[in-house]
Amino acid sequence: MRVGIVGVGIVPFRPVTPEYSWKEIMYEAASRAYADAGVDPRTDVGSFITCAEDYWEGFGIFDEFTPDQIGAALRPACTVTGDGIHGLAQGVMQVQAGLADVVAVEAHSKISDLLTYDGVVRHAMDPIWNKPLGGHPYYIAGLEMASYLKASKVTERECAAVVAKNRQNAMTNERAAHGAKVDAQDVLDSPPIATPLKSLDVAPLADTAVVIVLAAEARARKLSSNPIWVRGTGWSSDTPWLETRTWERAKYAEDAARMAYRLAKVARAQTAFDVAEVDDKFSYKEPQHLEALGLVKKGSTAAAIKRGDFEVDGKLPVNPSGGSLGCGNVIEASGLHRVAEVALQLRGEAGRNQVDGARTGLAASWRGVPTTSGAVAVLGVGR
Amino acid sequence: MRKVACIGAGMTLFRRRMLETPKEMCWEAAAMALDQAGLTIADVDAVVFGSAPDAFDGIHMKGENVLDGCGGTGKPYVRVFTGGGTAVFSPIAAYWHVASGTFDCVLVVNEEKMSSCQPHAQSVFGYIWDPILDRPLKPNLVWIFAMEMNRYMTVHNIRYEDVAAVAVKNKRNAVAHPCAQLPDPNITVEDVMNSEVMAWPVHRLDISPPSDGASALVICSQDFIKRKKVKSPPVWFSGVGWAIDTTFWTDRDLVFPEYLARAAKMAYKQARIDNPRKQIDFAEPYDPFDYKELHHMEGLLLCKKGEAPKLTREGVTQRDGDLPTCPSGGLLGVGNPIAATMGIKVGELYWQLSGQAGKRQIPHEVHTGVTNAWGDLMQFSAVAVMRA
Repeated sequence: MRVGIVGVGIVPFRPVTPEYSWKEIMYEAASRAYADAGVDPRTDVGSFITCAEDYWEGFGIFDEFTPDQIGAALRPACTVTGDGIHGLAQGVMQVQAGLADVVAVEAHSKISDLLTYDGVVRHAMDPIWNKPLGGHPYYIAGLEMASYLKASKVTERECAAVVAKNRQNAMTNERAAHGAKVDAQDVLDSPPIATPLKSLDVAPLADTAVVIVLAAEARARKLSSNPIWVRGTGWSSDTPWLETRTWERAKYAEDAARMAYRLAKVARAQTAFDVAEVDDKFSYKEPQHLEALGLVKKGSTAAAIKRGDFEVDGKLPVNPSGGSLGCGNVIEASGLHRVAEVALQLRGEAGRNQVDGARTGLAASWRGVPTTSGAVAVLGVGR
Repeated sequence: MRKVACIGAGMTLFRRRMLETPKEMCWEAAAMALDQAGLTIADVDAVVFGSAPDAFDGIHMKGENVLDGCGGTGKPYVRVFTGGGTAVFSPIAAYWHVASGTFDCVLVVNEEKMSSCQPHAQSVFGYIWDPILDRPLKPNLVWIFAMEMNRYMTVHNIRYEDVAAVAVKNKRNAVAHPCAQLPDPNITVEDVMNSEVMAWPVHRLDISPPSDGASALVICSQDFIKRKKVKSPPVWFSGVGWAIDTTFWTDRDLVFPEYLARAAKMAYKQARIDNPRKQIDFAEPYDPFDYKELHHMEGLLLCKKGEAPKLTREGVTQRDGDLPTCPSGGLLGVGNPIAATMGIKVGELYWQLSGQAGKRQIPHEVHTGVTNAWGDLMQFSAVAVMRA
């Protein structure tokens, strides 16, 4: 059974949102999405999914605090402790299993409330083998970047070009928080964090909430004149061990893409998509993910970046929204935000960053350091 | 819709303090479930993990940390989270993985290691409250459950000894469970009534113990059973449901779990049950406190409001009664490693309905069972109906 996106609600990204509580920011995204879909959550929505992690939120059991502000009181609702695309995939399966006709998927970041971000990230490392080593946990990204650059022809300069592109794209995305005119040299000159990773290679944090409303095919056609079909989803994890994981490739993204392409019947990924939004929590992650997703031939990524293939007017626009580098790293909301941006592209509602005539798109996420988990969604309009 | 079955279950010992790490406990339970199903991890298409607060194990993104212990490496792996309700909710997530047609065989692993939290697991429950309205009052779980128990007893004029009888029944039932932490063949209602008062009317023996443990289930489609020639007997999911109520527990009448009734109606509709008391042969209601078994029997619509204590007093809910409840020994007898109690809820339904419950087997024939798990701020329930 086909499942379509009929409602999108995004709260514009901001570095801090002191006037909102986490409930209020969720409420705003949900209101926007329900208005967009033309549904009443109390009668029309059959299931609600929130994507959240206790430690990001500062609660023992965060699931308690999810229902009221998204209209889920006394209704089926749950938390998926994963990225927004993990949650989206659960929603799609709930519809296909006949458990609900309409599902609302929510993810948010109120990361500005968190005073000890690096401490919480470190707390995700293995408590016996890795956490006692200390250091800022982004050393893992530094190690991974070094190993990826060594294994590919991509250099620090191409990674810097990715930062320049994404922050430039964010300048014309009204939802982005960190748009800036940055050139590759600025990135190369920025202070090192864990060599070769430099401070401008890292996506700055931001707050937001995103809600997407899914509906079964027949219902989607009634609710919307132009539903965005979720043609396939995939998710996968590599081993959590730092000691044995695949460092030079994003294996989780390869596996997740294989699953999504199988379900979406994508035969040749390189030519299948008009637009792609892929995780770029660190600059090198964008080319690494593009290779893992099969969107560019291994070995030709550096040349493609130099040619500008991934610019908004390039051969395959990548992260026209500005990505995490330009919009902001919104933790578990990152993937759902990218699905929402692709949906807006396919609707032709992406404003100044619109990719002309986009009909198929791909969104890919990664849960960030120190995880090896990611998810992929293949979207399309028309038949 | 595709038919979905459970074909194997496993669980570790439930103990106050286990020496194994969280991922080692996951591995142990997962290996048992796969062995019972006669499968290996290579036969599994996807893995679902369930656990309650991350703070017990003291690891942020706990699901990511234990994923290799659950066999999730290189596979689609996801963790779902509904507090204590996860015990029945993660099997429901596995159900939709299979019923949707996305996967043929899914492994579910639930784990909880409460002993890592020092000095006591209750300290984590200091962080489950609204930071503005509740937390300054420094409440704890026993405190609010005492309010709910009191409200329930007061409205229906229930005597305390009728509630204590549930603890006695379950701890005696647990004697037959090989994993049990607190079985007691000789316990009496007087023992429960004379135990220390924690917060009136809750006594120490009204409460299940904090535990470490893990459990696992193998859930698959009908075609998979045929294709793989699975010999392990299948038990079918015939209905699933879940619901959450408002966060503002202070605004609710705690006398009846309306969210559970909604979840039960969702599951019964799918299972085509219109008279639960007649059509359901036995139940595994969630029993972290003795009064919760009674509360949940009413929420599951297995009896009228306020009638559950009477059924208990009359012996209807004993293992050989007309409506056995918690034949496993429940959380009160076997232990309460929150999400891992899946092994004595959905797991017990599987073992009873496939005739593999050994000394715990209900002596008469049973065809349909129901279970629920309860979580968050007295606010969430998940329900599963299974048939042989």
